[in-house]
Amino acid sequence: MSPVGPLLLAALLFCIGIYGIIARRNAVLVLISVEMMLNAVNINLVTFQNLLYPDDPLVSGQIFALFIIAVAAAEVGVGLAIVFNLFRNRASIDVDDVDLMRW
Amino acid sequence: MPIDFLAIAPEIALTVTALLVLAADLALRGDAKQLVNPITALGTVVALVFTVVLWGQDRVTFNGMFVVDDYAVIFKVLFLGTLLAVLGISWRFFAEGRYFQGEYYFLLITAFIGMLIMPSARDLLLLFVALETVSIPAFVMVGLRKRDLYSSEASMKFFLVGVLSVAFMLFGMSMVYGFTGTTDLAGIAAAIGAGPSPDPLLLASVLLVIVGFGFKIAAVPFHFWAPDTYAGAPMPVAAMLAVASKAAGFAGMIAVAFIAFEPLADVWAPLLGVLAILTMSIGNLIALQQRDLIRLLAYSSIAQAGYMLIPFGLAQPGNVAVNDAAVQAVLFYLIAYAVMNVGAFGVAIAVNRRTGLRSIGDYSGLGERNPLMAVAMTVFLLSLGGAPPTVGLFAKLAIIEAVTVEVTGFGLVLATFLVINSVIAFSYYLKVVRTMWMGAAPVDAPVLQPGFNLSAVVVVLMLGTVLLGILPGLVSDFSALTSVQAAP
Repeated sequence: MSPVGPLLLAALLFCIGIYGIIARRNAVLVLISVEMMLNAVNINLVTFQNLLYPDDPLVSGQIFALFIIAVAAAEVGVGLAIVFNLFRNRASIDVDDVDLMRW
Repeated sequence: MPIDFLAIAPEIALTVTALLVLAADLALRGDAKQLVNPITALGTVVALVFTVVLWGQDRVTFNGMFVVDDYAVIFKVLFLGTLLAVLGISWRFFAEGRYFQGEYYFLLITAFIGMLIMPSARDLLLLFVALETVSIPAFVMVGLRKRDLYSSEASMKFFLVGVLSVAFMLFGMSMVYGFTGTTDLAGIAAAIGAGPSPDPLLLASVLLVIVGFGFKIAAVPFHFWAPDTYAGAPMPVAAMLAVASKAAGFAGMIAVAFIAFEPLADVWAPLLGVLAILTMSIGNLIALQQRDLIRLLAYSSIAQAGYMLIPFGLAQPGNVAVNDAAVQAVLFYLIAYAVMNVGAFGVAIAVNRRTGLRSIGDYSGLGERNPLMAVAMTVFLLSLGGAPPTVGLFAKLAIIEAVTVEVTGFGLVLATFLVINSVIAFSYYLKVVRTMWMGAAPVDAPVLQPGFNLSAVVVVLMLGTVLLGILPGLVSDFSALTSVQAAP
C-alpha cells in the first residue's frame, strides 16, 4: 500500500487543526482543534511505521503514537480544567475575552 | 536488558518525594501543612547526593535512551539547586496564601522530574515525554490562584501556546521519523549524515522540532506567553518558569540540535543566530518600557535567552571544537543565569508578599527600608546586565570566548549585537537600581518581612553571584569538561 493516502489525510487533519485554532474563539473548540493536530501526528507515525519501516524491532513509531495518545489525554484534562476555571471566574470561554494583560 | 538503577536514582528519589508529599498533604491539617516544604527540600537533597555521586561516570541505560554523562550531571545539579532555591522562596508565600500547598509542591517536584530527564534523554520519544512532564504541571501551577482573574488568564495563554507548539514539534518529530526510520538521536544523525543532500521537507521538520523548544525558552517569535504568564502566575512559579523551565528547554534544544541534527548545522545555525539577534533586541527594547518589575524581569529573561542562543548560531557540522565550545558556553551561562535570576525573583517576592506591591515605583527607597534586599537586588540586576565583579560578566565572556574559537563573519555580527544589547539592558536595570537607592521612601511604605528562608536563599545567591564573579573557575572548570557529542 502506498503511504501517500494516509500522509495526505494526516496533513489535511493537521491543517484543519491549525485553521480551527486561528478561526475558533471558543476555548473548547480550540482544544478540539489541538486534538486534531495531535491525531494527525499519530496517523503519520503509524503510517511510517507500518508502510516504510515494518521491520523496526523497537516498533518506535507505534510506541510513540501510544505515548502521544496518553500525554494528549493528560494535556486536554488539564486544559479543560483551565477552561472550566476561567468560565467560573468570568462566565465566558471566548479566548478573545482573555485580554486583561497586554504588553 | 537490566536497568541501571543508579543512573536513574535522582529521578527515583524525586518521584518518591512527590508521592510522600501528596500523602503528607492528606495527613497534615491546618498550619502543619507547611511541613511539606521541608519534606520536599529533604528529598531534593537526597536526589542531589545521588546526582553528585554520578559525576565522572558514563552510564547508559534503557537501551541507549537514557545517558548520564558529565554534561547531564551538571544540568541535573543546576536543576536541583534551582529547586532548593525555589523551595526557599516559596515557603512563606504559599504558607500564608493558604492555597493548595501540597498540590503546589507535588506539581513542582513533578515538573523537576521532567527537567532531570531532559539532559539525559537521547531519544525523541523521551525528549517529548520529558518536555510534557515539565509543561503540564507548569500549566496547573500558573493557574493555582483559582479565584484570581490574572492567574487563570495567565494559565490559559500559557496552555494554548504550549499545546500548539508541542503539536508542531510532534509533527516535526513524526516527519523526522519518517525520513530516518528511528527516534534515537544518534541514529537520526547517522541516517541524515549517510543520506544524499537532505530533502527540503526534512529541513522543515527539523525546524519544527526546534520551534517546540523555542517556545519553552521563550525565544522571539514564540515569546508572547512569557510576560503575561510570569505576571499572572504566583511569583515563585514565575521564578521556576523563568529559570528552570527555560534551562530544560535549552537542554532539549542542545540535544536535538547538537546530536540529532548536527549534520544539518549549516541550515539551522544561521536561523538560530538570527533568532538570537531578534530575541535579545526585541526583549531588551520592550523591557525598556515596563513599569511592572515582574514584566521587566520577564522581558529581561527573553533577552537573556537571546544571549544563550548565540552559541547555537556558531555551530558547524562536524566541527567538534566549535560545537563543544558552544555547548559549554550555554551551560555556563545557564548556571550564572539561574543564580542571578532566582535571586532577583526572590527579592521581588520579599517586596510583594503581604503587600501586593509590584511596580518599579514601589521599590522607591528600598535602600533605606531594607538595605539587605536592596543590596541583593542591586547585585542581581548588575549581574544580569553583566557588570564586574559579578558572574554575569563572565557568562557574557564565555559566549564571546565561544565566538573566538573559530572567528567567522556571522559570529562577529552576533558578538556585536551581544555587546550593543548589554548596553541597552543596563539602562533599564540601572533604572531600577536608581529608584531603589535615590528614590524617597513613601511615608506609608509597609515594613518588609522577607522571613528567614527567603533571606537565606537571597543572601546565598548574592554571595554566589559575587563569588563566581571573582572565581568563575568554580563552575567553568567543570562545565569545560563536558561534551554532548560523546554520547554513544
